[in-house]
Amino acid sequence: MAKFGLSQPLRRIEDPRLLKGGGRYTDDIALPGAAHGHVLRSPHAAARIRSVDTAAALRVPGVLAVITAKEWREEGLGEIPCIIPLKNRDGSERASTPRGALAEDRVRHVGDPVAFIVAETPKAAKDAAEAVVVDYEVLPSVTDLDAAHRPGAPPVWDHVPNNIAFDWEAGDRAKADALFAQAAHVTRLTVVNNRVVVASMEVRAAAAEYDAGEGKFTLYAGTQGSWLVKNLLAESVFRLPPEKFRVVTPDVGGGFGMKLYLYAEYALVCMAARRLGRPVKWTSERTEAFLSDTHGRDNITLGELALDKDGKFLALRTRNYANMGAYLSTFAPFIPTGAGTKVLASVYDFQAIHAHVLGVLTNTVPVDAYRGAGRPESNYLVERLIDTAARELGMDRIELRRRNMVPRSAMPYVTAIGQRYDSGDFAAVLDAALRKADWAGFPARRAESARRGRRRGIGLAYYLEATGGSPTERAEIRFAPDGMVEVLVGTQSTGQGHETAYAMLTSHELGIPIDRIRVVQGDSDVIPTGGGTGGARSLYSEGQAILATTATVIEKGKQAASEHLEAAVADIEFTPQGGRFSVVGTDRGVGILDLARIQRERAAKGEPATLLDAAEVAEIRAHTFPNGCHIAEVEVDPDTGLVGIARYIVVDDVGHAINPLIVRGQVHGGVAQGIGQAVHERTAYDPESGQLLSASFMDYALPRAEDLPDIEVELIEVPCETNPLGVKGAGEAGAVGSPPAVMNALVDALSDDGVRHLDMPATPEAVWKAIHGAKAA
Amino acid sequence: MLAPPSPVTVEIIVNGTPRRACVEPRTTLVDFLREHLGLTGTHIGCEHGICGACSVLLEGEPVRACCLFALQVEGLSVTTVEGLAPARGELSRLQNAFCEAHALQCGYCTPGMLIACHDLLARNPRPSEEEIREAIGGNLCRCTGYQQIVDAVKLASGQEAAHG
Ligand code: FES
Ligand code: FES
Repeated sequence: MAKFGLSQPLRRIEDPRLLKGGGRYTDDIALPGAAHGHVLRSPHAAARIRSVDTAAALRVPGVLAVITAKEWREEGLGEIPCIIPLKNRDGSERASTPRGALAEDRVRHVGDPVAFIVAETPKAAKDAAEAVVVDYEVLPSVTDLDAAHRPGAPPVWDHVPNNIAFDWEAGDRAKADALFAQAAHVTRLTVVNNRVVVASMEVRAAAAEYDAGEGKFTLYAGTQGSWLVKNLLAESVFRLPPEKFRVVTPDVGGGFGMKLYLYAEYALVCMAARRLGRPVKWTSERTEAFLSDTHGRDNITLGELALDKDGKFLALRTRNYANMGAYLSTFAPFIPTGAGTKVLASVYDFQAIHAHVLGVLTNTVPVDAYRGAGRPESNYLVERLIDTAARELGMDRIELRRRNMVPRSAMPYVTAIGQRYDSGDFAAVLDAALRKADWAGFPARRAESARRGRRRGIGLAYYLEATGGSPTERAEIRFAPDGMVEVLVGTQSTGQGHETAYAMLTSHELGIPIDRIRVVQGDSDVIPTGGGTGGARSLYSEGQAILATTATVIEKGKQAASEHLEAAVADIEFTPQGGRFSVVGTDRGVGILDLARIQRERAAKGEPATLLDAAEVAEIRAHTFPNGCHIAEVEVDPDTGLVGIARYIVVDDVGHAINPLIVRGQVHGGVAQGIGQAVHERTAYDPESGQLLSASFMDYALPRAEDLPDIEVELIEVPCETNPLGVKGAGEAGAVGSPPAVMNALVDALSDDGVRHLDMPATPEAVWKAIHGAKAA
Repeated sequence: MLAPPSPVTVEIIVNGTPRRACVEPRTTLVDFLREHLGLTGTHIGCEHGICGACSVLLEGEPVRACCLFALQVEGLSVTTVEGLAPARGELSRLQNAFCEAHALQCGYCTPGMLIACHDLLARNPRPSEEEIREAIGGNLCRCTGYQQIVDAVKLASGQEAAHG
């Protein structure tokens, strides 16, 4: 019997299926008789819709329906909502930006959905879209964050002055100001956190069917948790009881935050399926994905760091302008506020922090959570500020960090912004990273690069992230008639390998062989509730739910075993190793799978039985704080401005690593995305027309294999104190640490050229200009 | 509005078996495989020739199935990811190495990656790290950061992948 413990690089259960082309992603689902939808999108960044004429489109062969905002309203359908309430500094509520699935009288970004055409084939629907005549009155638009909040900027929404959707603050302003007044030195830096396109390799898709008899919808879509989408469809769009919706999430080809939400197209396939009485399917094209998937980041932030004469941090003040796009997306206002600011202290000891955040509307695709969601932005600011301060003070950048790090002995530690860190050994992780990177040997490598005419730089970033998400999670364990043990979970894998991790955990607790465990996720009819996956929450929250459930299984098992073995419950013990219930001090016992089968058979015969099936909801009481140190070495070709990543080292404390293979994969992937953001990925809007210029993979540079280095990862496990597994979460960490590490290295590489700061993305053009411009100045 | 041109019958040898379907002439090879033959292992990541998710072998050479019409390969032989394993229920050496080295996360780019790496190993049984990165340079992956894919190819070619 194969028995795997924890902390093993176990091969993933999901792999063989995916490797043989047997994955089942949303677009792979062929519902019999399905019609196909196509979304007609606005070609303008801002325009008034004078009229929409669908007559010609309806005459295209194969067309079944052309749906516009008029039909949406006639059916009494509601909003694609933003679900984050937020209070402004003056106590008023944030602005609202209501929208249905289709634009009614105004379009507000290129790509805004205007009509949904349904036909027998995708091609016919697309043909017909060209025959829809929309009369637009083009309006002035603004896509640039820095321009949008200035007086006189074109209004994205007429009722929102200066395009400021919210004006929010956190922390202690008075105390921070007082500390700034007595500071020996103040470092100020404005950084751009560039807008990125999430670009999961699987585009979004959706298919819906409607059972008229039951009045029930079934939606198949690649979500990060079926329940949020189900509840929003029910409550906000259709205003029907939730049980009228079943949302099924099949395999998902990457999410990174972007697939968390209810999108307009999901509501539209449901609506069309009900109207037409047959299944309706929609699959995005790639350029459509660029124009309709939520984007990430897009902040401009002023950071101010106050230090005393010894280089001790006193206070931190930030003023962050966060681009929200044309509509407030599902979680969007939370990202730069609650999510981002909670890690502003990072691993450092401050006496006060004050954060001021302004959410700005622009004529761009809505922005929402992207891997890290607010935390990468805060970490980037802090780590760039520290390097800049060190340079200004003539201090060593490592020494400056060391002097201000929270020591392990101070744990648990409450930060100046009110977060309680349970654990962490930041100094040890820093030292390990410096050793691994051979920091001391860098000058020789720099000299070697210089001999080849290259500028080499080294940079370090210490990051801290706070995981988040739903405060509860559910697990259920069922001993199925086919002999398999089903673990039903409320999280959703989009590639992380949850099936393997949860199976390992269940196997470890119950002594059931991995190959007898089947993880079930994503079907809202089978699993009543779930928190979904986001904020790197899955393992620590679902893990706690699984532990609670396995404990109940064992309790029930003891009861059943006492009946089966004819002994008192108190005399029954369970040994996870081998999964056996036995009578203390005897060799009498029964295996858990046999016991479950016996009880099930008794129940089937109508005999009294104690089934071992159980379900529990765990309350997730505390965030976790994964942290670590990234060190990047970059090499710049001064003639072309091309930046190469020469070495990349990560030392991470993600707490206990249940499957190190998966953790490494998560870190690699996150680092790749962070390097992409730092040096490759530029989302460009034309300032005049508001067109998205980088709307295909030909124009938007995702990092390729040749752009990326070997990423060396070492794990230092400082167990988390607030959950029994000791895990902290690894999904986002790589994307948090990498942008500042790379940019600190790049500024270091160009320091002799007089470069003090450079904004992301450091494309060859930007780097070349920085080198040559700084020289000219 | 013009009615689409009338359907044509196309026959292609897919994974060793002649397969035939009646399709609109503008049907791409990838749509032919996915929609008409139900072979959904070949994916679409961009439909404009950039991401490599739709890669298949055409007469043994890797091609992008989104950039070819099914009609163009009439009578030729195509291998998809479904045809890479030596036998049902088994994995090829390369597929096994992908599993061993954790070279896939969401699995969406994986069929295209396997095709690219399969082709590389057929041409070059012991590729260097650089050669591997070059060979998969036309295949986008948003999940892995590529390193574990490089490791998998090394493993499949009998080379130690010594990575942290
Ligand atoms: S789908 Fe063919 S290259 Fe992207
Ligand atoms: S594994 Fe997800 S895109 Fe490569």
